Amino acid sequence: MDAVLRIFRGDAQGGQFQDYTVPLHEGMVVLDAIHHVQAHAASDLACRWNCKAGRCGSCSAEVDGKPKLMCMTRMDEFQPSEPITVAPLKAFPVIKDLVCDVSWNYEVNKRIPPFHPKPPEPDGTWRMQQEDIDRVQEFRKCIECFLCQDVCHVLRDHEKKDSFAGPRFFVRVASLEMHPLDVASRTAYLEEQGGIGLCNITKCCTEVCPESIRITDNAIIPLKERVVDDFYDPVRLAWRWLTRRDRAP
Amino acid sequence: MMVVSGELRRPRFGATERRDAWWVAPLLQGLVLASLIAYANWAAFQGTNYHVGGYLSPLYSPLITVDWLPVPPSFIILLPPVLFRATCYYYRKAYYRSYFLDPPACAVAEIRGTSYRGETAFPFVLQNLHRYLFFITFLYLPFLWSDVVHATNFGGSFGIGVGTLIILLNTSALTLYSFSCHSARHLIGGNLDCFSCSAFNRARHAAWSRASVLNERHMLFAWLSFFTVCGADLYVRLVASGAIVDPRLL
Ligand code: SF4
Ligand code: SF4
Ligand code: FES
Ligand code: FES
Repeated sequence: MDAVLRIFRGDAQGGQFQDYTVPLHEGMVVLDAIHHVQAHAASDLACRWNCKAGRCGSCSAEVDGKPKLMCMTRMDEFQPSEPITVAPLKAFPVIKDLVCDVSWNYEVNKRIPPFHPKPPEPDGTWRMQQEDIDRVQEFRKCIECFLCQDVCHVLRDHEKKDSFAGPRFFVRVASLEMHPLDVASRTAYLEEQGGIGLCNITKCCTEVCPESIRITDNAIIPLKERVVDDFYDPVRLAWRWLTRRDRAP
Repeated sequence: MMVVSGELRRPRFGATERRDAWWVAPLLQGLVLASLIAYANWAAFQGTNYHVGGYLSPLYSPLITVDWLPVPPSFIILLPPVLFRATCYYYRKAYYRSYFLDPPACAVAEIRGTSYRGETAFPFVLQNLHRYLFFITFLYLPFLWSDVVHATNFGGSFGIGVGTLIILLNTSALTLYSFSCHSARHLIGGNLDCFSCSAFNRARHAAWSRASVLNERHMLFAWLSFFTVCGADLYVRLVASGAIVDPRLL
């Protein structure tokens, strides 16, 4: 049996969707189909990939309108009678075909206050208990596929790249902020540069994360609550004003 | 090879390459939520048939018996729980999607524009006070549990009717809804970085772990408790008006 892939072909100037017929085989994923097109019909079709195992986060695209890893999306999920649309991520500028320029993300990453450990113990080491580190393990699963950044309407529809870090970086901030050894505070970063208030917790990031990180519930909302502690809670604000204490370091 | 014209960035509202019925969930959710809100408003405005025997409608609990209020007592009673729900992280998601279409569904184009302020400007910036509404509505729980005890009182003797079970179910659902709240989860232990650093922190870690289990089901409890509140009110209303007879089980 055959399937039809409707693939975006073009670059920053524009482009169009083009149809390619691909023979189906057992266990085939969308990335296999793309490779078939490259091998047999369009050797100049550009796409990024690396591991074909859902580990490297390179093969992100929009398959039938949904942000997905092409290597983890099976062809048998789709009706063979209908063309399957494959488009590049919409939140980032297209370089060519399915390849986007995601470098904005790396710039955002550089602005996050880095890990700042407390002083080591007398023997020069740090020790952590399992129960303290369990929570941040979830955030370490991120493969930087940027599917969450792509689907987030604050970036995708409202184009707030200048004032919003996006869900992937809230996950990163959560991994630092909740770390038992870290002593830096990132609430001012979140409130100001990170723009966490722009997130309206509508959870699309969580829906698309291939690593099933509960981005909104476990990273963003707890961070929003920490921002409330430092910037909005009237009782805490009054207490800090009365005791002339600044926010936590 | 067929060439189809396509614009990659789709500014038109609702534009998407999604083929599934993405509009069903927000539509259904919006309709059900609107129906529950409409019922609760209607019932709160009635001011009658909310109390019969040991049964009290949750919309009128705690019972206020003064008669000089310009509005039905339920209006005053309901203000904190209404604001609690309105600022709830789950309901926010639901109504931003269904009523503000911001976004209508994931990867579906919404009305674009850079004037979007999210929860950084009035009125939505007030969502940040959700924890205070949690504190206030938390005080309702003892009253709601005492309503369960009252609902076992049939003219001075202990008994259980269908209404008792409905009121018990409702109070349980409301308790689970409160204990699964994101703000509660933060305050109970989520705001700590080191759970093992003291005996008190370890106790808070245990509480946080339990709150996290409940929190995973917060959406379920949000819906369940809204249905049970309206359902319990309706049941009490039907019994009080004589439309149905409450079957006594024990
Ligand atoms: S929950 Fe927030 S960060 Fe995640 S997609 Fe929605 S608006 Fe963006
Ligand atoms: S949080 Fe999930 S969706 Fe976002 S970049 Fe990491 S793995 Fe991808
Ligand atoms: S190719 Fe590595 S995640 Fe798909
Ligand atoms: S988050 Fe839903 S009640 Fe607090």
